[in-house]
Amino acid sequence: MNINMTLIGQTIAFAIFVWFCIKYVWPPISNALHERQKKIADGLDAASRASRDLELAQERAEQTLRESKEQASQILDQANKRSSQMVEEAREQARVEGERIVASARAEIEQEVNRAKDELRAQVSSLAVTGAERVLEVSIDEKAHRKLLDKLAAEL
Amino acid sequence: MAAGSDNTAANYIQHHLQNLTFGHHPENGWSLAHSAQEASEMGFWAIHLDTMGWSIAMGVLFIWLFRKAGKAATTGVPGPLQNLVEVVFEFIELTVRGAFHGRNPVIAPLALTLFVWIFLMNALKLVPIDFAPGVFARLGIDYMKLVPTTDPNATLGMAIGVFALIIFYSIKVKGAGGFAKELSLTPFNHWSLIPFNLVMEIIGLLVKPLSLGLRLFGNMFAGEVIFILIALLPFWVSWTLSVPWAIFHILIITLQAFIFTVLTVVYLSQAHEHH
Repeated sequence: MNINMTLIGQTIAFAIFVWFCIKYVWPPISNALHERQKKIADGLDAASRASRDLELAQERAEQTLRESKEQASQILDQANKRSSQMVEEAREQARVEGERIVASARAEIEQEVNRAKDELRAQVSSLAVTGAERVLEVSIDEKAHRKLLDKLAAEL
Repeated sequence: MAAGSDNTAANYIQHHLQNLTFGHHPENGWSLAHSAQEASEMGFWAIHLDTMGWSIAMGVLFIWLFRKAGKAATTGVPGPLQNLVEVVFEFIELTVRGAFHGRNPVIAPLALTLFVWIFLMNALKLVPIDFAPGVFARLGIDYMKLVPTTDPNATLGMAIGVFALIIFYSIKVKGAGGFAKELSLTPFNHWSLIPFNLVMEIIGLLVKPLSLGLRLFGNMFAGEVIFILIALLPFWVSWTLSVPWAIFHILIITLQAFIFTVLTVVYLSQAHEHH
């Protein structure tokens, strides 16, 4: 346990090892660690950004869905309204047409009745003349009694 | 228990605490010391081959291991070696960031080197106490003290290195004048107390490396002596003590390496601070 030159030798060895460590050992490890730290930080950053994006996209999708639902219900409403309107219109048309047909039928019937009446009138007058001839056993001067006969026919 | 029948306990202990010394002996010239007495007769111009060899081996192991991990370091998923190295690296970086307030690219690598190197040197203590001397005795080498940190030369050598850095950064940061002012005008800022301040500050400055080196040496040496004493017990009982002591030393080894490192960082931080 003597103090001797080993003291100096150890100091020199110490200096060399420290120098070597500064020069060749510390930098690569330090670099690798810092690079990895940066990489991890970047990764975490990207992950948080992606999750934010996802949230945004979800929101947008929800909004689109809501809008399209609204639109669909609007379209449905419109269609319903339109169809009921069409039914209404058709019904109205049918009613008008029916009325028109009924009216025209009625007019025709009246015409027919009038015509029958006229015919009947003409026949009745001649019948009456014949009847009267029979009763009187004489011929009636048609010309003389024309006025009377017309009056009778008009009263019928 | 390797103490043979011709060895007394005292011889055994002494033998285990003797470094392999190479130096200039007044009678034998440049040679290996064959006894403790010869080693001490060599005086200052001698070198402990085992201390130097094992400490350099551990330093090279540290550099090789960490360089390998650093070269293969990827930013992707790390392998087991890289994981281990990164854990140590981040531990040291965190410690330095906590204790050192300033900007200096030397401090963190310095702390890493000190921590791992001292840890590896201390870890040699877990090699069974008779193993290295036994093996080297067969190779014809008389002494082999495995743990460099049980040699005060090694611990004080590192402490001297740290001391040189303290002086260097004190002067670099504060300037020679600023450093001199700090030594002479603190703690009492009065001209008449300059000699008193000087004595106090210089003692304080010198105590730093001394305490740094001696603390590590003392802890490691004491542990080593106790291992040797335990090894003197009969073989069927010595393991009941040496195993718990070795397990306890896993803590001591790490703790002492950590204390040396942290104190170095703190001392250098103080050297960077203006008062």
